[in-house]
Amino acid sequence: MVDRPTESVVSLRGVRKVFNAGLPSETEVLHGIDLDLARGAFCAVMGPSGSGKSTLLNIVGLLDRPSSGSLAICGEETTQLDDAALTRLRGHNIGFVFQYHHLLTAFTAQENVMMPLLGAAGFPNAAMARHAGELLDAVGLGAFRDQLAGRLSGGQQQRVAVARALAMDPAVLLADEPTGNLDSVSADAVFALLRRFNRERGTTVLFVTHNPALAERCDRTLQVVDGRVVA
Amino acid sequence: MRSWLPFEWIVALRFLREGRLQTLFISGGVAIGVAVIVFMSALLSGLQGNLVRRVLSAQAHIQLLPPKDVARALGPPPGLAPGAVEGAIVQTPLQRTQSIDQWQALVAQIAAMPDVQVVSPTAAGPALAVRGDASRALSLTGIVPELYFRIVDLPDKLVRGSARLGNGDVFIGTELAADLGLAVGDKLRLSGSKGATATLIVTGLLDLGNKGANQRAAYVALHTAQSLLGLAGGASGIDVTVQDVYAAERIAQRITRLTGVQADSWIATNAQFFSAVQAQKTSNTTIRLFVALSVAFGIASVLVVSVVQKSREIGILRAMGIRRGQVLRVFLLQGGLLGLAGSVGGCALGAGGLLLWQHVAVNADGTPLFPLSIEPALLGTALLLATLTGLLAALAPALRAARLDPAVAIRG
Repeated sequence: MVDRPTESVVSLRGVRKVFNAGLPSETEVLHGIDLDLARGAFCAVMGPSGSGKSTLLNIVGLLDRPSSGSLAICGEETTQLDDAALTRLRGHNIGFVFQYHHLLTAFTAQENVMMPLLGAAGFPNAAMARHAGELLDAVGLGAFRDQLAGRLSGGQQQRVAVARALAMDPAVLLADEPTGNLDSVSADAVFALLRRFNRERGTTVLFVTHNPALAERCDRTLQVVDGRVVA
Repeated sequence: MRSWLPFEWIVALRFLREGRLQTLFISGGVAIGVAVIVFMSALLSGLQGNLVRRVLSAQAHIQLLPPKDVARALGPPPGLAPGAVEGAIVQTPLQRTQSIDQWQALVAQIAAMPDVQVVSPTAAGPALAVRGDASRALSLTGIVPELYFRIVDLPDKLVRGSARLGNGDVFIGTELAADLGLAVGDKLRLSGSKGATATLIVTGLLDLGNKGANQRAAYVALHTAQSLLGLAGGASGIDVTVQDVYAAERIAQRITRLTGVQADSWIATNAQFFSAVQAQKTSNTTIRLFVALSVAFGIASVLVVSVVQKSREIGILRAMGIRRGQVLRVFLLQGGLLGLAGSVGGCALGAGGLLLWQHVAVNADGTPLFPLSIEPALLGTALLLATLTGLLAALAPALRAARLDPAVAIRG
């Protein structure tokens, strides 16, 4: 039985990640990470390129499995779960914002935000559209809801991506350098959005950034160096 | 976003709409393939049907004939040493006109068989037509009109007269009528090989589509032929039609097995023609198969490219909680929809081509070379098969999309 704080939304114990295990090119990217994030935490992750930040985020986001160690999301142990169960857990509890927005360009801003809800329910409905509209209003893009995602500016697209990540009202939001491709004004706006949702909804945010100024505005900063959390 | 469409349909349709040029070109490719299949199938089936119809318009699908007379050598004379062989010259006997044994029971038995449509007894043999000083040898066939007309549509071949064939009536070929100077209503004396004679009234002149047949053919009622040919109460043949003309050989073999009487199908008696028809069928099937394969590969290649192009989107969909099965269905649907859209266009194109063909390929009198019909079943089958081909072609790309590792896909 792994000892975990009861209030943890994200809890890692001794998480290791080895790529190309058993091959000459075997690389251990994460070396026994222990991490607990409580509900409502806003945590920055910093570190040089190749230090394992994105791998850590992928493991926390259930996009990748640890080679050893354990991970619990919202109190649910994930080590023994199959792909379908991981997909369900991820869909209901974790939102993602990446450096590139990865919006579906064939869909409007509102439809992009509806997409996680639609995938879970199977059919669209008015409540979904209303919820997506509210989220777009919240990120300041209510007027652009019927605009195709491909026709929005970079900053607007990233704000739509934030709204999409919050569509399922997840307990955890993972942001992998979401401001990396934006100018300072847009970056500030996106960060402010994440901070606002963190405070208003109690969403736990894990925020990877290279920007020390933004990291300083987070509640906590993890320094990842060579696959280890050093601070 | 249409509220009655499920998630997979919405995404599949949008992906197709987004890559509209790709969608247009591959649908066009599928349409051309389906049009070729529809056009060729209808054309060849029309041509084949026309040829088979022509062959079968003058003969039964299956014909039962009496056994042939066979000469047998007598046993060895007494006193011949054991092992010694006596040389014997066995001469093939002349075949006389004879009746099938128990033909009434046979007719009833065959008529009760499944797949059999019409069974008609005939009495056929040589006869002589005499008018004044002129005489002609002819091939006399005695028929039961109400049955035989359903096997060979003689009324359709009448160029003069009416389809009345009573005991005192005769139908003759147009050439025979011209040779003997006969017209409808004239009397004609027929003599059988055993000396029986009858004077009959010509009630119809037939054009059987062949000069030789028109010179020799004469049709009378069964009773009249029985009297003329010395077959009192007998039938020298039994004609049979079946529902599926291509099953005739199988049914003929079954009749022989069950009754012991030799039954010849039209397939056996027209072996060369039938093998030409079969060769045509095989080449048509081969062409269709290759066209279908090229359609399938076209769809598959477009979808493979689409999966590569959309791998990041697929990754993000998976990250958002979209299941592997849903991703699989999105790409299968795209394949099926491409097949369906292409086949709808292809059916329209093929049908248009057939209509054009019917206007262009005509006889001197303006009638079509042969009748072509655009069968709804052919169009339905083309639609169904092209859609299934699209689905099958999409299977490999769809599996590839569903198996994408979301982390790798998002990283690109």
